[in-house]
Amino acid sequence: MKRREFLQKSAIVIVGTAVVKAAPAVGANGQWSGLRKLSPAQAQTLLVMARQIYPHPKLDDACYVSTIEELDAQAAVSPQTARLIIDGVAQLQNSTGGKFDRLSPEQQTAALEAIQSTAFFQKVRSTEVVSLYNNHQVWKQFDYRGASYPFGGYLHHGFNDLKWLPNPPDSASPRG
Amino acid sequence: MAQYDHSDDSVIVIVGSGAGGGTLANSLCRHGLKVVLLEAGSRYSPATFRNDEWFAFNQLAWLDKRTASGSWRVARDFPNLPAWICKTVGGTTVHWAGASLRLEDYEFKTKTHYSGVGGANLLDWPLTLQELQPYYSMAEDRMGVTRTNDIPGLPGNNNFKVMYNGATRVGYQTVHTGRMAINPQPRSGRAGCMQLGFCFQGCKSGAKWSTLYTEIPQAEATGRLDLRPQSMALQVRHDRNGKATGVLYVEQSGQQIFQKARIVCLAGNSIETPRLLLNSASSMFPHGLANSSGQVGRNYMRHTTGSVYAIFKQPVHMYRGTVMAGIILDEARLDPGRGFVGGFEMETISLGLPFMASFLNPGAWGRDYTRQLEQYSNMAGMWIVGEDMPQESNRVTLNHAVKDQWGLPVANVHYDDHPNDIAMRNYAYKRGAAVYEAAGAVKTIEVPPYPSTHNLGTCRMSAKPGDGVCNKWGQTHDVRNLFISDGSQFTTSGGENPTLTIVTLALRQADRIASECAKRNL
Ligand SMILES: Cc1cc2nc3c(=O)[nH]c(=O)nc-3n(C[C@H](O)[C@H](O)[C@H](O)COP(=O)(O)OP(=O)(O)OC[C@H]3O[C@@H](n4cnc5c(N)ncnc54)[C@H](O)[C@@H]3O)c2cc1C
Ligand code: SF4
Repeated sequence: MKRREFLQKSAIVIVGTAVVKAAPAVGANGQWSGLRKLSPAQAQTLLVMARQIYPHPKLDDACYVSTIEELDAQAAVSPQTARLIIDGVAQLQNSTGGKFDRLSPEQQTAALEAIQSTAFFQKVRSTEVVSLYNNHQVWKQFDYRGASYPFGGYLHHGFNDLKWLPNPPDSASPRG
Repeated sequence: MAQYDHSDDSVIVIVGSGAGGGTLANSLCRHGLKVVLLEAGSRYSPATFRNDEWFAFNQLAWLDKRTASGSWRVARDFPNLPAWICKTVGGTTVHWAGASLRLEDYEFKTKTHYSGVGGANLLDWPLTLQELQPYYSMAEDRMGVTRTNDIPGLPGNNNFKVMYNGATRVGYQTVHTGRMAINPQPRSGRAGCMQLGFCFQGCKSGAKWSTLYTEIPQAEATGRLDLRPQSMALQVRHDRNGKATGVLYVEQSGQQIFQKARIVCLAGNSIETPRLLLNSASSMFPHGLANSSGQVGRNYMRHTTGSVYAIFKQPVHMYRGTVMAGIILDEARLDPGRGFVGGFEMETISLGLPFMASFLNPGAWGRDYTRQLEQYSNMAGMWIVGEDMPQESNRVTLNHAVKDQWGLPVANVHYDDHPNDIAMRNYAYKRGAAVYEAAGAVKTIEVPPYPSTHNLGTCRMSAKPGDGVCNKWGQTHDVRNLFISDGSQFTTSGGENPTLTIVTLALRQADRIASECAKRNL
């Protein structure tokens, strides 16, 4: 069912972000606001988890919050999803003596490896792989520009600007 | 636009508006015939496409339920998405990249040439390359294929520069920016390529050929096409003499309609076409319509594929410009000395960051994986496409345990790689990595096949009725006025991207249908 959720999810991301007004946010002090279903403690554990699943030291927490936002929005409308997430967080905390958020990154990864085949883990991972890498802030960090039609495409914006290899001859690649 | 009565039994009903169906509709209308074109998806346009991978996927892809089984990794990673194809007016020609290659002569005669390959249900096509050549030429002209009809090649992007340098350094000779149904300059009412880099998301400039804004509007301009979007064919019906009488379909509202027909042509792509035949079983055709051979749904082929991505020390920005920006053709030949029969091509490919994260290694997570993704702007990529072996057990069947939104059993797609496919893929991975290493790659990554973009062979052509579903015109052996008009007809897959051949067969089929109608044989 993994893929199905994945697809349904991605549909929601696109439609959803435009509609949800009071999006959850986490302040510099670790205070959560705008959550619809999850508790701040649950959201915080999910955030730590999300950072370990697709860790990028250069990205700040705000990039990962969209995943929590998405999980929270789904939990708010589906009791089944809410149970999956809430129970999953509780079990993860139980397995680490309630200290998951404060473990070292290596220990957190080990705790996640132990649950990686569960529906809970797959739910978080498959949600995150879409929402994290669909985030425009993240695109900037990765030097990916996204939509090119608004600026007329790459024809005059570097589609063939690579300089560290010689240019192919015209017969292989006409200059246009 | 025409509007025909549901009881008008002089119309030709075509199911599916993609490469096969859209082309066939236009040709039949130009022959003066009346056509009802049923399309399950909605109608969009370049103005409503978006340069956004997930948005476009949700807008255009076929997301109705399917299931997958077999030992291919797709069944594990994407159990409900065996194929990545479209459900929209224009079909998968909205998503496609535009690579347009003719099949080779030997690929029409695999039973003759590939002796000794065990476990493959090989068969020679009931037609030859020579018979198809004039139609290939017509198709290339209509689609505006580069390097044909005096159309120059496209300018290569950065991704191609890397491929070209690596390929020539390892000794490959035939490496260029391909034969693409993409206009370098405006031609035939279509604009020139802006190097947008979103070929898979619907071409916003309309430079890439798609039936959506070529064949279909041309057919509408004849005044003979009745296009019905959001109309899902459920069943083909027949009379006591075993002649098709029309198609039962359902509109978005749930309203079911029976459209009478003189001739029925199926072009729903190689998963839905056999599903429709199997769902049309009756007391006269208990195993499915036109299935006396038992071959409907069998011999499903998807091409031997895989991708190689490579990381370089310096930026590439592969996502800028045409997705399939160039090709290596040297390996597209018959040479069993490599350890397998059949040939393959290497074509550049790029994915945006959102798809890259999902497809570079489906399911992977953790720091090793994210380190690779952080090299995104320094990556180049290529896609492998080669001939795969037809096997009877690779098969589209009805999954009676799972129903779609209309209550019909969904298609299950079963696929196991043939040892020849595995040998070819492993060889191609090595060659691809060698190309990139020669260009200075610091790391190469072998990427498993994506959900199938090429789907072929499930209602194959055969000279003898016992060996396949249709004859060399796509006409089913069992039902005279029922035709197969898409990639399901392929007897074997060939090693080339299939769409040019699908279009070629549709043009040829249209001429045949028109002449048979004129002779009152149909
Ligand atoms: C990302 C991508 C890139 C590709 N790149 C290339 C390339 O470079 N070169 C190449 O040769 N090929 C390429 N292809 C493959 C190419 O798109 C297909 O081979 C081609 O479009 C298949 O044509 P078709 O007529 O068989 O089916 P399609 O074009 O898929 O059309 C089938 C249509 O039938 C409709 N349909 C199905 N069932 C029903 C029903 N029961 N009732 C009503 N309507 C129905 C579907 O909604 C669909 O619109 C690519 C495909 C993808 C996904
Ligand atoms: S690169 Fe060219 S063909 Fe591809 S989407 Fe852009 S304009 Fe269209």
